[in-house]
Amino acid sequence: MSSREAIFASIRRALHVAGGEAPRREIVAERLAAAPVGVIPARGQGDAEARLKTFAAEADRAQASVATVAEAADVPKEIARFLREHNLPAHLRMGDDPLLAAMPWSATALEIAHGPSDGHDLNAVTAAFAGIAETGTVALLSGPDNPTTLNFLPDNAIVVLPADRVEGAIEGVFKRLRETFGPGGGPRTVNLVTGPSRSADIEQTLLLGAHGPRRLHIVIVKESFGSTH
Amino acid sequence: MSVHPTTSRFKDNVHEALSDQRLQGALTFARNFIGRRAAAVERLPEFDALRDSARAIKDHTLAHLDLYLEAYEKKVLSLGGHVHWARDAAEARKIVIDLCKAKGAKAVTKGKSMISEEIGLNDALEAEGIEAIETDLGEYIIQLRGEAPSHIIAPAIHVTARDIEQEFRKAHKDLPASRDLSEPEQLLGEARKILRDKFLSADIGVTGANFLVAETGASIVVTNEGNADLTQILPNVHIVVASVEKIVPTLNDAAQILRVLARSATGQDMSVYTTLSAGPKRPGDPDGPEEYHVVILDNGRSAMLGGEFEDMLRCIRCGACMNHCPVYHAIGGHAYGWVYPGPMGAVLTPSLIGVKEGGALPNASTFCGRCEAVCPMRIPLPNMMRHWREREFERHLPPARQRFALALWAFFAKRPTLYRLATSPAMRALHFAGRSRGRFAWLPFAGGWTNARDFAAPQGATFQSRWRAKSGAVQ
Repeated sequence: MSSREAIFASIRRALHVAGGEAPRREIVAERLAAAPVGVIPARGQGDAEARLKTFAAEADRAQASVATVAEAADVPKEIARFLREHNLPAHLRMGDDPLLAAMPWSATALEIAHGPSDGHDLNAVTAAFAGIAETGTVALLSGPDNPTTLNFLPDNAIVVLPADRVEGAIEGVFKRLRETFGPGGGPRTVNLVTGPSRSADIEQTLLLGAHGPRRLHIVIVKESFGSTH
Repeated sequence: MSVHPTTSRFKDNVHEALSDQRLQGALTFARNFIGRRAAAVERLPEFDALRDSARAIKDHTLAHLDLYLEAYEKKVLSLGGHVHWARDAAEARKIVIDLCKAKGAKAVTKGKSMISEEIGLNDALEAEGIEAIETDLGEYIIQLRGEAPSHIIAPAIHVTARDIEQEFRKAHKDLPASRDLSEPEQLLGEARKILRDKFLSADIGVTGANFLVAETGASIVVTNEGNADLTQILPNVHIVVASVEKIVPTLNDAAQILRVLARSATGQDMSVYTTLSAGPKRPGDPDGPEEYHVVILDNGRSAMLGGEFEDMLRCIRCGACMNHCPVYHAIGGHAYGWVYPGPMGAVLTPSLIGVKEGGALPNASTFCGRCEAVCPMRIPLPNMMRHWREREFERHLPPARQRFALALWAFFAKRPTLYRLATSPAMRALHFAGRSRGRFAWLPFAGGWTNARDFAAPQGATFQSRWRAKSGAVQ
């Protein structure tokens, strides 16, 4: 008997089932297809304006910084300002996400590099697939235009989040995933990021920048885009 | 380290821990978790409803565990991932080592994983000449010290900043001896720099999983540092080690449990990085692993299904039970002698390594009930510790003197009239003997108590007689 068979046999012995019972199989198939939503906290709910307000407050609690701009064309300026404010070099790495590609980067003095990080970049900008008001979280997806290394290797992670992608709860992000990739589908990696990297492993002292970014700056864009993924 | 439990020497471990001044100082940090959890719970009115929801999800999943595991496996395979099944620790170690050998791996980075500790993976890798590098800061520190974790979410909670400085000076010999490491920031900065190079040069990354999702075939791992992410996206091969009960039906189910996990663990609303990984990198992806393997471990868990310890399979390893445990606060995690400390360890350890080896742990409880009160999955931990005590007693494992004393007590306890006849004169006698000081520094047969503290002198009447007088109950 293979280990796989032995484990399944042991589980089924304990549950007093054979495994082929139709009613059990139906229950499981139905649950997987329906993906019922459980308890949703009231905190993240509300209209678009309320969600944005909650998002900003919760991201701030998680020690991310948040800026809001009116339209996509304002993003490069805001990022240049953020880098200056923290005395960071005007270098920026990004993927080829269409949202970012359409922005007027040449209007700033920023030096732009494209593609995944090799661990020697100070700053990177990425485009969020969605945001979660309840916890101030951004959802970042891997894909040909979105290297995952940009979310973790640079010291300063900047995320552009269109306001109309801010969901109340994490379940809203999962719904967007199902709508975009089909039932049960999705990219290789979904990073749900809530604030900058941290550790409290030294005498419970909270320190930012453990292995990932020391800073997380979120730029919310009010202009309406719709889902581009 | 972790494969050779010292749990059977629990009593000696406790004595050592209690007299270790350095450890006692470090343990005060464990109490910080209590206030943080309370504050996070206070902010979320739906917390208890979420606990019920989380509990129901796990119960449903366990009742259909075979089918959800099948669905999960099918999904992972359809994404081009590999699923390996391990009955026990030895099989799991072999699967990982064979994969490492097949890839010619020399260095393996690791995200924090309790399953990896449970199967003793690091020692097994090192024995094969493969460097295993723990990348969670706490795990890295205890790996340098050659220790097992003393807490499931804060593995180095027993270590002080000065200990860490010493360890870093010993391990990082290439760095100038004159460097300043007096501040925690400097210690973190040094570890970050050293581990960054290890991340970038590792051949294989091994992480654990907080959830395996049947709906999408994703493994979900939660960290605050981002180390599990750098572990899995930089090397060519990502291996996930996880146990059978980590499965949940859907992402929405995981969402319910995530809401109670971080709050119960660190008092955060959500951990910094919650990462869903499904299969290897997709065509056109500029980074991510070429290969994705999941090793699913049983190691005694399927035998817990349908029995009196099944509830323990709901455990999500948040650490709230040990954070609130007066016994853990007094002795720390290492005294428990194996991988899992605190109340959850006291219940799980005998299940996984046997009641003969781990049977002493369930006795290390005052049954104060704080663990059950804070458990996000509503696991009846004190009840299960009592089950283990009964089993230990049935198997004649406790010493004869203890068994005799219990039998004697039981004889009286089952005969209320006799019990009252015996206890009231005893209480009166003790009251008389202790009336001048109100306490005893020494009592016959009670040295175990009076060696460390005084015994308060009884006030003359028994609890039962006072209760009768107060309530006027008929008895």
